[in-house]
Amino acid sequence: MDLVVKRFADTVVLFPLGRVDHATADQLKADVAPHLGPCAPGRDRVVIDMTGVEYISSVGLRVLMLASKQAKAQGCTLAVCGLQPVVREIFEISRFNLVLQVFPALREALAAVSAAALAAFEAA
Amino acid sequence: MRVRFWGTRGSIPVAMSSAEVQRKLVTALVAAAGRGLDTPGKARAFVERELEFSVSHTFGGNTSCVQLETGDDDYVLCDLGSGARVFGNNVLATRGPAGHRFHVFMSHLHWDHIMGFPFFMPAYLPGNHVRIYGCHDTLEEAFRRQNAAPSFPVDFARMGAQIEFIRLEAERDYDIAGLRVRAKRQHHGGVSYGYRIEKQGLVVVYSTDSEHKQDDPEEVRGFVGFFRDADLVIFDAQYSLADAISVKEDWGHSSNVVGVEMCQLARARRLCLYHHEPIFDDERIATLLAETRRLEEITRGDHRVEVLAAYDGLEIEL
Repeated sequence: MDLVVKRFADTVVLFPLGRVDHATADQLKADVAPHLGPCAPGRDRVVIDMTGVEYISSVGLRVLMLASKQAKAQGCTLAVCGLQPVVREIFEISRFNLVLQVFPALREALAAVSAAALAAFEAA
Repeated sequence: MRVRFWGTRGSIPVAMSSAEVQRKLVTALVAAAGRGLDTPGKARAFVERELEFSVSHTFGGNTSCVQLETGDDDYVLCDLGSGARVFGNNVLATRGPAGHRFHVFMSHLHWDHIMGFPFFMPAYLPGNHVRIYGCHDTLEEAFRRQNAAPSFPVDFARMGAQIEFIRLEAERDYDIAGLRVRAKRQHHGGVSYGYRIEKQGLVVVYSTDSEHKQDDPEEVRGFVGFFRDADLVIFDAQYSLADAISVKEDWGHSSNVVGVEMCQLARARRLCLYHHEPIFDDERIATLLAETRRLEEITRGDHRVEVLAAYDGLEIEL
């Protein structure tokens, strides 16, 4: 699977594309890891925009859970946004909507995590 | 082959509270208003056809015990939770006190899976034969200990039936009671074992108290192979996926989401959600079932998996 990366001020936005399942979850984990490393209180926040993800399996959700745990341990912010209808249902059935910060779209996610990132997004 | 569920609850037996019974009655009476249900027959038909399962029934509260009716005279069970008490009483009531042979496959020896045995009346009656199979080296000790003082007033030695304990090895095929049986080691505190049981082309997988960490592709492939083409997979779905890999990680249980995925990968025909969370009421389990069916539907490829939720008294004809 592919991953597009964009930066808005102090926030990195990751755009995974395709299916996140048994075949691709390790790739997502490896792709996300370098962006989580610098994530710290007040800087290098991470938002994962799932607009391009058509399906996510339990293994993919586990990658998001591990990323969230790492972010919490580092005292930084990780948010998820842009769930397609099927992915949104999977989040709800698995209760991931209750344990991750999930926002309808990137603008809402940036507004929640960083005013500077939102300003950069709207200026872009 | 027919599969009968005598106990389906996880961890500890539960009973409906009087408030829950009242809530069901109120819901049913409001739904029945103006329907002219003035005979038992009309009332029964209304209850069976028009009320939600969670209103007209209960999923029940006995702990793990599942019977496989194989067409032979011998009885075959998986686990001896509190549901075994009901099963044993049913045998005595319908088939008489003695002359019975039981084969029991034990997933593990946690209390909720053995607690029915001190109340399993056929074990007290001479002329019966109980063969208990398992992979734990403490198999016999666990059963003897729970019948000993100070835990129980009637010692194991006073049980009148012939009782045998037979150690099995995982990943090896056995022919027992006309069945092909294979055990598989599972993640659970103290280790548990699932059983793949086959007879004349029909396959039942009993896989409870099993955490699927899914961090090892080889292990995932192993379970998919264990579930492969099963007619029925009885699956521990006690937790939500989010709980199972966060606050309840390493507690030894799995989720409905993983159950659906494993059965899809294995092309199993039926998934039966089992070992229900004891804090869930009937409405919550019914919601869980509806959500799981929806998940199966929106993630289905070219293979459909029928999704069921076990309840005490459920019978599945294979």
